[in-house]
Amino acid sequence: MPFEYRGDIAHADVAFNAWAGTLEELFREAARATMQVMVENLAAVRPTQTVDLKLEQENLEMLLFDFLNELIFYKDARRLILLPDHLAISESDGGYMVEGTLRGEEIDVARHEMNTDVKAVTMLRYSLEQVPQGWRATVVLDV
Amino acid sequence: MNVPAALKRISETIWELPVSYKEGMLVPARLYGTEKLIKEMDAGVFEQVSNVATLPGIQRYAYCMPDGHWGYGFPIGGVAAMDPGAGVISPGGIGFDINCGMRLVLTNLTADQVIPKLHQLVDRLFTRIPTGVGCHGFVKLKQDDFRSVVQQGSRWCLKEGFATQDDLDMTEEGGCFPGANASDISDKAVERGYNQLGTLGSGNHYCEIQVVKPENIWDAELAEAFGLNLPNQVVIMFHCGSRGFGHQVATDYLKLFLSVMDRKYGIKIVDRELACAPFHSPEGQAYFSAMKCAVNMAFANRQVILHRIREVFSEVFHSSPDDLGMRMVYDVAHNTAKLERHRVNGSRKELLIHRKGSTRAFGPGAPGLPACYEKTGQPVIIGGSMETGSYLLSGMSSGADAFFTTAHGSGRTMSRHEAKKRFRGDKLQRDMEARGIYVRTDSFGGLAEEAGDAYKNIDEVVEATELAGLSKRVARLLPIGNIKG
Repeated sequence: MPFEYRGDIAHADVAFNAWAGTLEELFREAARATMQVMVENLAAVRPTQTVDLKLEQENLEMLLFDFLNELIFYKDARRLILLPDHLAISESDGGYMVEGTLRGEEIDVARHEMNTDVKAVTMLRYSLEQVPQGWRATVVLDV
Repeated sequence: MNVPAALKRISETIWELPVSYKEGMLVPARLYGTEKLIKEMDAGVFEQVSNVATLPGIQRYAYCMPDGHWGYGFPIGGVAAMDPGAGVISPGGIGFDINCGMRLVLTNLTADQVIPKLHQLVDRLFTRIPTGVGCHGFVKLKQDDFRSVVQQGSRWCLKEGFATQDDLDMTEEGGCFPGANASDISDKAVERGYNQLGTLGSGNHYCEIQVVKPENIWDAELAEAFGLNLPNQVVIMFHCGSRGFGHQVATDYLKLFLSVMDRKYGIKIVDRELACAPFHSPEGQAYFSAMKCAVNMAFANRQVILHRIREVFSEVFHSSPDDLGMRMVYDVAHNTAKLERHRVNGSRKELLIHRKGSTRAFGPGAPGLPACYEKTGQPVIIGGSMETGSYLLSGMSSGADAFFTTAHGSGRTMSRHEAKKRFRGDKLQRDMEARGIYVRTDSFGGLAEEAGDAYKNIDEVVEATELAGLSKRVARLLPIGNIKG
């Protein structure tokens, strides 16, 4: 299971663990976990719009934080439900960079089974760590 | 049971964790609640309220209200007063949904008049007030106009014809926190929020049509003073905040504070969600200003929604909002920080009061209340779950002990994840309609998360606030119609 919601570490908010073999996969799973809080049937989201992505941060933990916030930003600013299409994470100038594309479409309540809005990524129990099998993140979303 | 052994009972409704409970606590933590409510609190509340007690400059106690539950940084229901000279400001003590709040509006209609038109009213409200994930509003603004909105709050609405002067008088701080400077907000925050004025949002945000039954009046004199003077009178209550704009302001400054807190100011904290900066630092002052912009956005948002509600009632009943008696009782803010004067160690002093998921509740005679509430104290609106009802209360003089603050809602007892496993939104909608509550939503998943059984008993919460001398019950309000985000 690449991500799992955790009812035991947040009540009013939504917590999840995500894990994957590579950082890119971890970012992808965390994106799915975040977006599924808002849209139950992510499979119904058509990849009709593309948004370029380029974010830099001094550490990987804050890079994931910014990456998830970027998805939340587009949901409000342009009503877009986006998921990563292509992602590449690399070291840059003593920090880290994620580059790639996000794809998805505008919210359509007739086809998208809407859940609850995600307001923000919180720092509560927030972590991104390397584990023997790859990478694991713990994220609590404010909803 | 999660109650720590160190928790001491001070009175029937006041409980205390001493400074010896956790390394770094500067003041004790005080929790309000009956024994039952305290025993039901989750472990996170005790952990988080004692973390708050470690923040630099905290005065008297770190508090948690009877509806307290696990939050991030502060518990939901958390209150902390900081010395503005030596203390900090923390976005974690305010929340991401800055000035999420409640507004209560009167009508001179009774249940008998409204129930035959309930479906029409609720359906029309659902169409006219955008709800749900990522919804955009009907007020079309340029980004520069939006910057004016966030500096002026409800005053902008008055100029644009979305408000009356009476609406502003019945809003905390007149619907505008002064000192909001749009140069302290990011372009990203503006881009995220400028299309969302007049939207309800999602989660626990709602707009509800309610009935005040004669048997649910707790204090007839106060009820009369607050405008509840008809048997089975219909009122409208709604709950929403500063939308994506406020969320982005909080996120922007959380990141800024994390980067300067230790590096520039040498402040060490026990939880990163308590990121903070000295109140008088450039970063602290910039956040205070940006937070005020979000506060003002939320006041304007609720004001524009009120305008829409008045339009809908006016259309359905073929009468003007004035003829329908659609006057505001009050508008209260939940997630804010404010400079207020309070008594500490015998002398009055200016304090920076953080309230997160808690409500200001000024007692009779407090400065800043409209003349009509000078004798009654401030109206306090506490929203319950959509199934069980809500309360109107009034602030009390004895509330000084908690810097005139009370609860804000019933408080969750069940995670959203668990609620969605246990309840089905479509079935809940049918069951509620059979019980006389007509609900519209775009999200059955979201509806299931808000089931009444996922919350504490609102009656117990408000009773605890009254026993603790924080707020006095005036009337219980029963839902008959609801639009849910």
